[in-house]
Amino acid sequence: MLRGKAHKFGDDISTDLIQPGRYNYLRSNLSELAKHVLEDADPAFASKVNKGDFLVAGKNFGLGSSREHAPTILKLAGVSAVLAKSVARIFFRNAINVGLPVLICDTDKIDDGDELEIDLASGTIKDLTNGAKLTSGVIPDVMLKILSEGGLVPYIKKYKDFKI
Amino acid sequence: MGKTLAEKILSAKAGVDAHAGDIVIAPVDLVFAQDGTAPLAIKQFQSCGFDKLACPSSTIFFLDHNAPTPTKELANDQLLIRNFAKKCGACLSDVDEGICHQVIAEFHVNPGEIIVGADSHTVTAGALCAFATGMGSTDTAIAFALGKTWFRVPESMKVNVSGRFPKMVCAKDLILYLIGRIGADGATYMSMEFGGETVARMPVSQRLTIANMTVEAGAKTGLFPSDEITRKYLESRGREDKWRRIQADSDAKYEHVIEIDAGKLVPMISKPHTVDNTAPVTEVAGTKVQQVFIGTCTNGRLDDLAIVAKILRGKKRHPDTRLLVAPASRDVLLEAVSAGYVRTMIQAGAIILPPGCAACVGGHQGILGDGEVCLSTANRNFKGRMGNPNAFIYLSSPATAAASAIKGKITDPREFV
Repeated sequence: MLRGKAHKFGDDISTDLIQPGRYNYLRSNLSELAKHVLEDADPAFASKVNKGDFLVAGKNFGLGSSREHAPTILKLAGVSAVLAKSVARIFFRNAINVGLPVLICDTDKIDDGDELEIDLASGTIKDLTNGAKLTSGVIPDVMLKILSEGGLVPYIKKYKDFKI
Repeated sequence: MGKTLAEKILSAKAGVDAHAGDIVIAPVDLVFAQDGTAPLAIKQFQSCGFDKLACPSSTIFFLDHNAPTPTKELANDQLLIRNFAKKCGACLSDVDEGICHQVIAEFHVNPGEIIVGADSHTVTAGALCAFATGMGSTDTAIAFALGKTWFRVPESMKVNVSGRFPKMVCAKDLILYLIGRIGADGATYMSMEFGGETVARMPVSQRLTIANMTVEAGAKTGLFPSDEITRKYLESRGREDKWRRIQADSDAKYEHVIEIDAGKLVPMISKPHTVDNTAPVTEVAGTKVQQVFIGTCTNGRLDDLAIVAKILRGKKRHPDTRLLVAPASRDVLLEAVSAGYVRTMIQAGAIILPPGCAACVGGHQGILGDGEVCLSTANRNFKGRMGNPNAFIYLSSPATAAASAIKGKITDPREFV
């Protein structure tokens, strides 16, 4: 069971907003890079996010480039799961590969700052602030298995291959 | 049941009867990363305990995003990549060779192949009927080691194009129009498949422009049939023996079918800060532009530079507008020199940048100032994309970009017919 605060963003948050390209020189220094996460969407985000909090967004979250640094630094900054109405394909796969859960749900029912409780196993989301209950869409089995191992690196270390 | 192009390629490669929604494991014919994504891929490869590539000769590292390097950190990243490539026997496309997607089209990709790359614009190779898709560094690292990856077979959207493009209207205008129509998530997880009489006549350079931008509608891949035009292109690149005809079955199942009459299209533009925020150029004509950037994997090919040179010939850029041109590859640069385009562009006041991604990604070579407007032929105009979140990026065709560089403001290229 995960519990934390919602940080709300709008639609079409690109990977350029999550990891601005002008900091590409920090890509081999991920903890430094994480200090700039989402800086161009909310300059205060990196300083106000606490470990275990949730990133709550509108539609098409993570559109754009394939930079895996985007979900990686969200996770490093403390985000424990992304909730969005929809997510872009590469971001979705990258997030699961780095062990960052993604839940697809009607995020209009969640307000910025709400306290959420999430049961990943059942995909249920409780908004403890306003009482709303949400259910997330289904993730393909292969991705659930990768997520349950903590990401693709631990998955491959364990199985040595894709077990589908 | 008939198959789409995506279902055909994945079925043949995975050795199963694959249909949309299935999960398959398929071997990859080419796997690559670029200087922005390779260092993390190498780290993940090593974290898994791997030390050998499944197929060194079909593993390529491209140094194109920050080429040549602007900072010591990026120089060290490129050093790491060069050393890793040498140690593992992988191919290296160094800073002089050009943008990964253009170099892949020129030298590597063949119809029916599967390509995965740690770059979202890997979809560009779909112009030559390869199932090509972008992935992150970890997926790419595993493909380096295992020579295969897993795919969910995508549903497909068919785009039929008929009619002839009006003068000064081209493939870029078509794809901008299409993305504006379906939205930046209009094809999420899908294969966009192009067909129709206009596509059957369309040169590979324009097919590359369209396939390149399918990811801006969320697509997993953007596929063109492998036809006579594909054969002629491969022949021109010395790979005629790799050609085979591939077409979707006539009874293939599509989620959506979109019809476009190219004859009714007009020059299009994407306004800040999303690609699907499109309008006819006429709507924003007159907007002052401080920088025009022509190039990238979308529009840095010889055909693109030809129209730019044609418009610029005997004219000068506006004194308040910088004009940057980056050919997509070394071969494009050489051919543009031979054809006289480079001379024409320099005489018009253009700066010719080295073949590579140049100003597109915001790391170097044309970062914008606060409040400045750039008209770019690239594929993305996200806030902050060109290195400054306080700048404004518009996207257009090379013709619109060249016309606007002369006038110093966004200009309908049909004024230069």
